[in-house]
Amino acid sequence: MSLKRFLNQAVSSWMNEDGPASEIVLSTRIRLARNHNQYAFPTVFTKEEAEQTAQAMRAAVEQAGYPLEELKMNELQGLEKRVLVEKHLISPNLAEDTGSSSVWLSDQEDISLMVNEEDHLRIQCLFPGLQLKEALRKALEIDDAIEQHFDYAFDENFGYLTTCPTNVGTGLRASVMMHLPGLMMTHQMNRIIPAIGQFGLVARGIYGEGSEALGNIFQISNQTTLGKSEEDITEDLLHVVDQIIAQEKAAREALVKSSGIQLEDRVFRSYGTLRYSRVIESKEAAKCLSDVRLGIDLGFIENVSRSILNELMILTQPGFLQQYAGGFLRPVERDIRRASLIRERLEMDVSKDKGGSDL
Amino acid sequence: MIEMMCEQCQERPAAVHLKNVVNGKTTEVHLCEVCAQDKGEAFMNDDGAFSFNHLLAGLLNVSPVMKQNQPTQNRRGTVECSGCQMTFDQFLKIGKFGCPKCYESFRDQLPPILKRLHSGNTVHQGKLPERQGGTIHMKRKVSDLRVELKSLIEQEEFEQAATIRDQIRSLEKEIDSERGGADES
Repeated sequence: MSLKRFLNQAVSSWMNEDGPASEIVLSTRIRLARNHNQYAFPTVFTKEEAEQTAQAMRAAVEQAGYPLEELKMNELQGLEKRVLVEKHLISPNLAEDTGSSSVWLSDQEDISLMVNEEDHLRIQCLFPGLQLKEALRKALEIDDAIEQHFDYAFDENFGYLTTCPTNVGTGLRASVMMHLPGLMMTHQMNRIIPAIGQFGLVARGIYGEGSEALGNIFQISNQTTLGKSEEDITEDLLHVVDQIIAQEKAAREALVKSSGIQLEDRVFRSYGTLRYSRVIESKEAAKCLSDVRLGIDLGFIENVSRSILNELMILTQPGFLQQYAGGFLRPVERDIRRASLIRERLEMDVSKDKGGSDL
Repeated sequence: MIEMMCEQCQERPAAVHLKNVVNGKTTEVHLCEVCAQDKGEAFMNDDGAFSFNHLLAGLLNVSPVMKQNQPTQNRRGTVECSGCQMTFDQFLKIGKFGCPKCYESFRDQLPPILKRLHSGNTVHQGKLPERQGGTIHMKRKVSDLRVELKSLIEQEEFEQAATIRDQIRSLEKEIDSERGGADES
């Protein structure tokens, strides 16, 4: 398969389209947790109940009239599931299940409905850039359509009932993926992360393990789901995100002013690494991709698409690399594959620009 | 050297130390080997890391010291869900409910837990299900109208206040009749 064709299939619209504030905000995600009022939660439900829930869900989704396709977890290959996880379309939890769980996906992959994950239903909408209100509107609209045919577990006091008490009430998790190299380089994240906590929000790296944030990419999301309206939750998140954007911009400006040439050097060294390396680990790739993306945002690099960071952070993960290669790869082979995929992808932009190849 | 005691039993020296950092805040757990063994896998997931659910369970649970001093602890444990038979203690242990009825069954026990998880909130303020919402929609409307009524009276807009009052009355009537008509829902 050619890289171009692979990319066409692999890249969802929210990964490579420019949205509002997309120089810092890569994507926005809204998730609603819902359950049926007659069946036990996936924590304890029987196989029969799981199947009944899936059936009820199937009927509701079909009647709701959204053009979604169902992928059943017990019919997918391990690698296929891994790719869906890497694209954030399903959770690792769902991928592990071999029972009656499934995911309903839209053509553009901007809508995904997970069935029988931790909750009976998780409605997820993914939008490029900063579009909290738009994504919320879409998710609530789907929620209404499904509710017409599906009896939600709801309590006047507690709101939408969820398996985990951390999601009860609105069942809403709103999150914004941000690229924050300026704040990282100026060592300000250590100060910002605890401050965010005071607003009922949390910041975490989504790539990499533990507290490290590979590619300087952070996900900011709400923790509180009860006692606030959906609009207030997204409004509060938006308010904080706007402030982080302002601080990131200020940090970038300060860096350019105080050490412009060093920054430019760092950007082009990373670009060089990505263009010419033959073996690259995911950690180094993430660092270089973040640098190059910053270089594009600052105007140092002109002939590379901005979506490179978002796209390649996802495409250079093990599942995707193996899918592209068409089979299992050992870690060393992955690093070789990763380097060649990145080279090829960058080459696409360069040749588009010059009308020829220089590799 | 002062030896750290196990948080669970307060009897043996702590041998297992777990540390977790959330939002820059560090929480630490210190247990002796016996208690750690007792908790067994509860503390370690596959990656050998502290799993979120167990952390949550820890957060939900009353502190061990309180537990020792409170004889009511056993009674709490016997509260059982009418739907899935999960006990309140089991819920605390795994940090997840078994079915929608758990919320009803543990209604009295939940507020302090929800307060801790949701910045002090215990009552839903968000969206209502459109179709199933039924009388809840009307009840919300009534409470909104009451607020409006109060401010109108304060502003001495009595004519408008009277209209609002009538609206409230008719809504309340409707809520009453719905309630009488639909017992089983």
